Amino acid sequence: MSTGFASRAAVAASLGPGGRTRVTRLRSDGPLAVRESGGAVFMVGAGAGPLGGDDLELTIEVGPGACLDVRSAAASLVLPGRRREPSRLVVRARVGAGARLVFSPEPSIAAAGCDHRAFADVALEEGAELVWQEEIVLGRHGERPGRYVSRFDVTSGGIPLLRHELRVDSDAPSTAVLGDAKAVGTVLLAGKDLLTEPYATDGLAVLPLAGPGVLVTALAADTVRLRDLLRQGRSAATEHPAVPI
Amino acid sequence: MDTALLLLADSRLPAGGHAHSGGLEPAATAGAVRDLDTLADFLRGRLATAGLVAAGLAAASVSGDRAALDAEADARTPSPAQRRASRAQGRALLRAVRAAWPDPALDELTGAHHPVVLGAAVGIVGGTPEQAAAIAAYGSVNGPASAAVRLLGLDPLGVQRVLAGLAGRVDAVAAEASVTVRAGGLPAASAPALDLLAELHQRADLRLFES
Repeated sequence: MSTGFASRAAVAASLGPGGRTRVTRLRSDGPLAVRESGGAVFMVGAGAGPLGGDDLELTIEVGPGACLDVRSAAASLVLPGRRREPSRLVVRARVGAGARLVFSPEPSIAAAGCDHRAFADVALEEGAELVWQEEIVLGRHGERPGRYVSRFDVTSGGIPLLRHELRVDSDAPSTAVLGDAKAVGTVLLAGKDLLTEPYATDGLAVLPLAGPGVLVTALAADTVRLRDLLRQGRSAATEHPAVPI
Repeated sequence: MDTALLLLADSRLPAGGHAHSGGLEPAATAGAVRDLDTLADFLRGRLATAGLVAAGLAAASVSGDRAALDAEADARTPSPAQRRASRAQGRALLRAVRAAWPDPALDELTGAHHPVVLGAAVGIVGGTPEQAAAIAAYGSVNGPASAAVRLLGLDPLGVQRVLAGLAGRVDAVAAEASVTVRAGGLPAASAPALDLLAELHQRADLRLFES
C-alpha cells in the first residue's frame, strides 16, 4: 500500500491558426503542477519531493507541426519516504509529425537514502524533433546518494532510437560507469542536421546514434561544470554556437 | 554443461576477442585501472552495465527476432566506436560458429551485433537463454581481464583471483538478464564512462587493442 501521492498530470499542445502553437491542455494533479509562462510550460513543485511512495505521471502530447518547451521552476530534491518505499516518476511524450519538443527540467538531486525510479517514454513521429535533457546530482553537498534509476526509451518512426538507463547505485562509482563524478547528465537531440562524427573530450562525449539522433553525455564534479559541458556538447551536436537553454 | 557451450564460452574460441579490451586499454591509459583493486572496480561496473545489456540481448537472441534485437542493440550502444567493435566481434564470432556448427539460421546474422550472434549460436547448439546470458556476462569481464594482464603486466594469478571474486556477481547479472527477458523486457543499463573512454580511445595515437 503506497503512502505517497498518485498524481496524473498532462500537457498538450497543437498548431493553431497562423502557425502558432497553442497549449490546449494543462492538467495539474497533486505535487505535479504545470503552468504556462512566457511561451513555455513549467513543472512547478506543488509539494516536496518526489518522496518515497509518490507515484507521479506526466503525459505530453505535441500535435503535428507544433513546438512545445517544457521546463521546471526549480531543481527537484528526491528524498526517501517515511516507509522506505520507492518513488516513481513516469513521463510519456508523443511528438507528432514535424513537431518539436524541448524537455529541459532543472536537475534532480538524489538525496541520501532515496530510492527513485524515473521512466521516460518518447515516441517521435515522422520529421519530429526532440531536445531532451536530464541532469542528476549525486547527493547534496558531502552526501552519498541513494538509489536512482532513470530509464529513457525513445522511438523514431516506430524504430528504437535510444534505450538508455542511468543507474545510480552501488556499482555506479566504478571507473567504468560514473567514476568519481558528482553529477551526470545527458541531452538527446533527435532530428535533422546533426553531427555525424563523434566528439569526445574530458568528461564529455557527443555520440551520433545509429538512428537520427545524437546523445550528449557528460560527467562532472558539480552542476555548474555539468551544465557547461552539456551546453558545449549541444553546440557541437548541432554545429551552432552555444546558446543558453 | 554441454561441451559445445564450453567451446562458445572459451576465450580460445577463434572469434577475434583478443583484439578488443572492452574499454580497458583507454581506462589503463587514463590511469583509472593500474592494479588488481582498480581492475576489480572497473570490471564490477562493466559487468553491471555493458555485461547486463549483452547478457539480456544474448538471452533474447536464443530464439527471438534477431533483426529486431540487432536494432535494440544499436539503441543501447550510443557510442559509434562501441557499435563498430560489437559488430566486428559479431562478424568474427559468426565465422567461427559457421565453421563449427553450420546452420541456415546463421545466414541472417551477417554484420549483426556480437551478443545477437552469441545468443543465436547458443540456440543452435541447443542451449537455453539462461546459458546464453551466463556466457555473455562472463565474456564481459573475462576479455578485459586478460587484456589487463597483457597491458599492465598484472600477475595472472592475481587477475584470476579478481575474476573468482566476481563469479557470484556474474551469476547474478546473468540471472537478472534472463529474468528480465523472460518477463518481456530487455536491460538497457548504460556506462557513461565506458562510452567516453571508447571514443577517446579512437583518437589515441598508440593503441594495442581495437576497442
